Amino acid sequence: MTRYVMVADLRRCVGCQTCAAACKHANATPPGVQWRQVLDMETGTYPQVQRTFVPVGCMHCADPPCESVCPSTATKIRPDGIVSIDYDLCIGCGYCAVACPYQARHIVHKRDLAYDKQAMANEEQRFDEGRMSVAMKCNFCQDRIDHAAETGQIPGVDPEVTPACVNSCIADALHFGDKDDPDSNVNNLLAENQTFRMHEELGTDPGFYYIWDKNE
Amino acid sequence: MSRNEPWLQTNWDWRAAGNFIGGGSGTGLAILAALASIQGTVYWPMGLIGAVLVGIGLFCVWLEIGRPWRALHVFFHPQTSWMTREAFVSALLLPVTLLAVVAAGPFLAMPTLAMGAIWAAAVLAAIYLFCQARILHASKGIPAWRHPSLMPVIIVTGLAEGAGFLLISAAFFGGGPAWMQVLLVVLLLGRWLAWRKYLADLTQTGAPNKALAVLHEATPLINIGGHIVPTVLVVLSLFTGDFGPWLAVLAGLTAIAGGWQLKFVVIARAAFNQGFALPLTPVRGTGQAGPGDKPGWNN
Repeated sequence: MTRYVMVADLRRCVGCQTCAAACKHANATPPGVQWRQVLDMETGTYPQVQRTFVPVGCMHCADPPCESVCPSTATKIRPDGIVSIDYDLCIGCGYCAVACPYQARHIVHKRDLAYDKQAMANEEQRFDEGRMSVAMKCNFCQDRIDHAAETGQIPGVDPEVTPACVNSCIADALHFGDKDDPDSNVNNLLAENQTFRMHEELGTDPGFYYIWDKNE
Repeated sequence: MSRNEPWLQTNWDWRAAGNFIGGGSGTGLAILAALASIQGTVYWPMGLIGAVLVGIGLFCVWLEIGRPWRALHVFFHPQTSWMTREAFVSALLLPVTLLAVVAAGPFLAMPTLAMGAIWAAAVLAAIYLFCQARILHASKGIPAWRHPSLMPVIIVTGLAEGAGFLLISAAFFGGGPAWMQVLLVVLLLGRWLAWRKYLADLTQTGAPNKALAVLHEATPLINIGGHIVPTVLVVLSLFTGDFGPWLAVLAGLTAIAGGWQLKFVVIARAAFNQGFALPLTPVRGTGQAGPGDKPGWNN
């Protein structure tokens, strides 16, 4: 079996938002829609205050509430663990958006331009009518993952078949790979470090791990 | 306000609330109209109103979906989706209710067929109401919806609204069982208790502060306008002779308005999402992990 997951090292992330920009570039998301974003979280009270940058997006849960509620079967769990959306099936009911506890899903009903009235060349070229009024979210750059099957490359190791956000990370904080492969990069990271997953208590079995310390 | 705190989701708005309002009232009425028909109460006006209410609710959903011409795709996932199950039930509920209305109506008096259709419609209505409660429970991203204590609120609210419509129909179309006033009061008491328990449970298990604030702010009006006033009006209607039926109509209207307000508040105004949380902060250098945070939550 294969289960692709992402691992974010919170000790390394500097909140530069390069991953967010790379995602936007790779997936041509409209203004205001970020499939990958980095939260800036302040915790504690003065003088014991900490600032943590937390990359978030679709957690590609193993038990995703978005998939079970979807009335049209547009949302599916692929055999490799990626939660994907079939834009041709989706009816845009928004049920998945209210079922997702990670606020990862977006529905855009009206075409929005970065500069108000005039579409830039890239917006004109990359506009996709099929993504209007349907749910959309991070798909771990699934086209790249699928390409790996043709080339024999390894997602998370070979940049050509690795999600754009991971490739772009300047601090080597984001990692991607197959958790079910005992020798994978992400498995090594999970074995060597202590991690948590967000909202784990909700039982969705998210596929996004946060490293907070090395193993003792 | 931090962007990490829960914020009001906008994917489901008044149109989604309209589905729960129309569906709850319509199914509540279909169930109670079947019970009332046992004692000879005229069914067809109530059945018709119930079907129209459910239809209005479904029309609201149709207005809400982004790709309305793909609406039939809603039937594709009965294995796990309560929305699909609701759609399947509605596909049976509406024709069966209309069959009951026609068979029990003044132009085609077919009592045996009518009785069968009336009870089939009542069972389907009960399943439909249950589906609505489960739809909200399955919305894991909205803490105020997913709490199991909301399910009894949705069910008893639908029945209380149905009892309100039953009182109104009885006043206009004659008759109505003697127990309908008592039933309304019992259902209002049930709604009050269910709402009270829901608020207490939600506060205890944890919810976004803003969702709790919205719910607590709306509670006095729900209690006074939706519970106390209709109860007082029902009691007065029993002792005021000629004015009695009109007070009963008012009681029904206020009971319905209270239920609609309750559902609008829960679905359109208290729908704050989960937000983000950090169980603990990362260890940097030789330091220690710091305490985490769940911004915008009461606990």
